[in-house]
Amino acid sequence: MRITKLQGCAALVLVLSQVTACSSLGVKPWERDVLAKEEMALNAAPLDNRLDDHIYFSKEGSSGGRSFAGGGCGCN
Amino acid sequence: MQLKQLANISAALAAASCAVLGQDAQAGTVLDDWQFNSAILLYNETDRVSAGEAILSARGDFGDDKYLNLGLVVDALTGASATGAVAQPGVQCFTRPSGRGSYEVASGDTPLDDTFHDTRVQLDASWEQPLAPNWRLTAGGHLSKEYDYLSMGVNSILARDFNQKNTTVSVGLSYSHDTIKPEGGIAFAYAPMLLRTDYADDDSYQAAFNATRDRADDTKDTVDMLLGLTQVINRDWLMQFNYSLSMADGYMTDPFKLVSVVNSNGEVQQNLYESRPDKRTKHSVYWQNKLHLGGTYLDASYRYMWDDWELKSHTADVKWRFPVSEQWYVEPQLRYYQQSAAEFYLPFLQQSDSLPQYASADYRIGKMSTYTLGAKFGTKLAAGNELSFRIALYQQNPEQDGADAPGVLANVDLYEKVTAVMAQVSYSF
Repeated sequence: MRITKLQGCAALVLVLSQVTACSSLGVKPWERDVLAKEEMALNAAPLDNRLDDHIYFSKEGSSGGRSFAGGGCGCN
Repeated sequence: MQLKQLANISAALAAASCAVLGQDAQAGTVLDDWQFNSAILLYNETDRVSAGEAILSARGDFGDDKYLNLGLVVDALTGASATGAVAQPGVQCFTRPSGRGSYEVASGDTPLDDTFHDTRVQLDASWEQPLAPNWRLTAGGHLSKEYDYLSMGVNSILARDFNQKNTTVSVGLSYSHDTIKPEGGIAFAYAPMLLRTDYADDDSYQAAFNATRDRADDTKDTVDMLLGLTQVINRDWLMQFNYSLSMADGYMTDPFKLVSVVNSNGEVQQNLYESRPDKRTKHSVYWQNKLHLGGTYLDASYRYMWDDWELKSHTADVKWRFPVSEQWYVEPQLRYYQQSAAEFYLPFLQQSDSLPQYASADYRIGKMSTYTLGAKFGTKLAAGNELSFRIALYQQNPEQDGADAPGVLANVDLYEKVTAVMAQVSYSF
């Protein structure tokens, strides 16, 4: 089972590495008008994400993914 | 001579006042280099926990792409939390985890400990700066303190841009050390919950209670590793892919949670304090997409997590921002989460079975699905400030996983749903 997961991860990384190697991907520096908008930031609402992560960390069996999963509170 | 001294003094005063004025002017400039974000969240579960959380974060621009990030979080929780014990057709009596005081749970009700309250303060700081062209380092730490819990941690992320900054690869490492010191100490694994009414006097009860306690406090160490890949796909599409590894070593049992031991008719014979493994290794893959679609902004992410407790989860999260005027936007939000049970999750223990090495009846590591449905409304104000409101409904649906409910347990709700409402106001300035 674990091998399957590792293989899955490896396949995904391989696909992404192929994707990144593709020369048509990406933009020129002068084409970053939309990407530069704060709405397009990966962490566009950092406080929302932080509050959400705290709630779900204390209410569910999973944490992390977007950022570090580690400790922080003894939340109930 | 005196005149010369006076002249010197006035010159010094003038210089000092200039310095003060200069500092004032400089202070204004310094503040202009800081961006502040603040938010207040109210979280309320029906008949259970209520929480309030306030956050203030500040980001200072020190020039040359150097930034200092500071954060302060204060939260307070109160209300009732599920103990893990099963509901029964009759009234049940429980002793609080501290050993002092007791409470009753009505017939048919899920046992909740209603004296749960805590206040937490967290401080964090990080510094980010370029190391070399296309290299960027962030290093930080946190300190979080609540009445019975202390967490301290450090973290660092190194990022490298490639391909005209269209590709970023990052590596992160974090370490945290947590200490828990619950009121009344930490019970032995499977220590019985004692009832004062079973003892003739306070002294004999206290002696028996003390014999169930192993130590006053315990610790947990967590090391996290993060590998990230960010890729610009085109002018309107940005993608991120993360792999995270989290290794925790130490006390991970919840000192407040119980497991009921039932007979063949489902009647509770005893409640025991739960026992969890002291090691946990979690893996997760996280995939996020940011898309600009016809003037709207879509944020869609998926996470798959698995660990050596055999808990696996899928999380899908979508936020879609629609501008509705020059200043206002509306952002519907939908999140779906589904997890399988940890291998040692048991809603109850059977009297006829021998005790397993580990057992927890905490529904949060049982089979469960949850969804969050919400909306955010925001407006841009003068000088780039922003005010927003967010409201969401969070629904937890615990599910049965294998174990059939014997006898009287068939007539009570062992997997009670939990509904919560979240309301948040944020202001950036």
